[in-house]
Amino acid sequence: MHWLSNIVVVLLLVGAVLAGRHVIRDRFWRENAIQLWRRRPVTIVIIGIYLLIALLDSIAWVDMPSEADALTSGKPRTVIDRIFRPEAFKEASYSAPLADVEFYGGKPLLFPGTHLLGTDLLGRDVVYRTLKGVRVALLIGGLTSLVVIPIALLFGVSAGYWGRRIDDAVFFAMTVLASVPSLLLLIALIMVLGRGTVQVCVALGVTGWVHFCRIARGETLKLREADYVAAARALGVSDAAIIRRHILPNIAHLVIITFALSFTGLVLSETILSYLGIGLEGSWGQMIDQARNELSRTPIIWWNLAGASVALFVLVLAVNMLADAMRDIIDPRTRREER
Amino acid sequence: MNEPLLTVENLSISFPGSSGGRIGVVDRVGFTIKAGETLALVGESGCGKSMTALAIMRLVPKPGRIDEASRIRFDGRDLLALAVPQMRRVRGASIGMIFQEPMTSLNPVTTVGEQVLEAVELHADISRGEARSRVLELFALVGIPDPKARFAAYPHQLSGGLKQRVMIAMAMVMRPRLLIADEPTTALDATIRAQILELLRDLSAKTGTAVLLITHDFGVVNEVADRVAVMYAGGIVEEGTRVELLSRPRHPYTQGLLRSIPRPEARGHRLEEIKGAVPRPGHWPAGCRFHTRCSFAFEPCPVDEPGRTSLSSTHAARCHLVAREARP
Repeated sequence: MHWLSNIVVVLLLVGAVLAGRHVIRDRFWRENAIQLWRRRPVTIVIIGIYLLIALLDSIAWVDMPSEADALTSGKPRTVIDRIFRPEAFKEASYSAPLADVEFYGGKPLLFPGTHLLGTDLLGRDVVYRTLKGVRVALLIGGLTSLVVIPIALLFGVSAGYWGRRIDDAVFFAMTVLASVPSLLLLIALIMVLGRGTVQVCVALGVTGWVHFCRIARGETLKLREADYVAAARALGVSDAAIIRRHILPNIAHLVIITFALSFTGLVLSETILSYLGIGLEGSWGQMIDQARNELSRTPIIWWNLAGASVALFVLVLAVNMLADAMRDIIDPRTRREER
Repeated sequence: MNEPLLTVENLSISFPGSSGGRIGVVDRVGFTIKAGETLALVGESGCGKSMTALAIMRLVPKPGRIDEASRIRFDGRDLLALAVPQMRRVRGASIGMIFQEPMTSLNPVTTVGEQVLEAVELHADISRGEARSRVLELFALVGIPDPKARFAAYPHQLSGGLKQRVMIAMAMVMRPRLLIADEPTTALDATIRAQILELLRDLSAKTGTAVLLITHDFGVVNEVADRVAVMYAGGIVEEGTRVELLSRPRHPYTQGLLRSIPRPEARGHRLEEIKGAVPRPGHWPAGCRFHTRCSFAFEPCPVDEPGRTSLSSTHAARCHLVAREARP
């Protein structure tokens, strides 16, 4: 699997470069991007750090047999793994942040004073586990949005543009989905599909596209009547080209904003899935779920919960702030008030 | 050879009514336009003139329908019988159209150059570079200063007059044989209006494009039209050359319209008006549709629909009074 993830990283980087080139070349996007940077530099840097960690945790390779030692041979390890060396960098059980001795029993630690956030039940470093959770969180948000946005755009735009029977069909599908308790549907889907990352993302996507589909449909309904769409029709432009050149570019800002907002919702909903026991391996949700039991101990073991919660909180807050700033910049109504 | 460029016969358009049945908005309209000629279609709002224009492009919004007895012949082809892809090739390539609102008729997120380019690439099989130079040429032709800079401009960076010039460029890009202009100057101020009208007249003369000009403004008619057709409540009530219609109007409605134009010498006097309002579609009176507002109405008017009375080879009116006076 590690080579697949490496390929995805390369594709993502290529995509980012292409997108960046488009932003730089197209004045509309360039001006908005500059404005966004001016408004929320700290937020953007924080999100950048998260992205960097996730990327570093996605590039993995297997060591040459000559270089590997007994603990690591044959296993693909990511850059983060190589920095922390979790196979060796561990204790027997709980230890408090920066402690010199074990939490229970008081035996001296193997690495005294180096575990910034202590260790968990199995002696694993909490900082390392928190950093490993970044990739999972971004995968949940990003991969699910990759499922949601195309589905919602396809259905929403065609329902809005052609109306009538297509609209009826899409609306029926949305109503049916909305009338099934989404958590139950989610659990059922994960039971059927399995518990892998991709499967959970697909399940979240299938249950989550309705909201954006509604937005896309409403906006298309409005744009369909726009004068420039009428002008394009009078020029003999085909329906497909009208959607591609006139409708989609005009709802692109909605796509960006919805992506950012749904991203945080998805990251948070993973915690609920973990609580129900169907979360993803190594996610913050699992760390928090584990911490439930630890909170009832005296003295309290808080660092496990703190690591995951703070990481989760900062990510969600940063993305929400970014989305908010983007909406202010892109939405013509709030834009006008500024002047 | 002598066939007109565009022949509209018996054109009726209807929409479904709220209580079943269909409500007509255009009723048996007929007119012709010869190559290179400018015909003005004049009437108050809601008389069906814009719908007539859309029908020629086969762009009547759903659920509106063109009646089956209608005939629209353009350049020897029956437009109403064309398949959708063929009709799409007619739009833009053979018939161009410009709209009332230049402000909102351009896509705000693309440069104006790209949008005009879209029209060229759609209909002409030429390279991007050639298309680009053709657009720049056209921008110069429609009087856009500094075409290269404007090519990369977004709609919000252009004034209303410039936007309308871009719209005209877009409609003219394939040198269509017919240009439909739906109130092209309504949204513009007076000085720009004069410039745009002059541009339309120029273009028509230079390229031999026929123009169907839709307007409610006799000032515009006087400046550009060769012939005029006056529409009232879905039908044409009088048609003739510009001179015939403006100096010797025969239909009481045309006369009323012309009297209600403000004139400098009538300063201080109350402006004349036609009493009442245009009947809404579905509420058209029987007989002559104008009889409820006509001060000359007599016995046949509320009963019989007036036929067409020819007054010269070019001048005709649909009015019982005109018919009676013309009878020997």
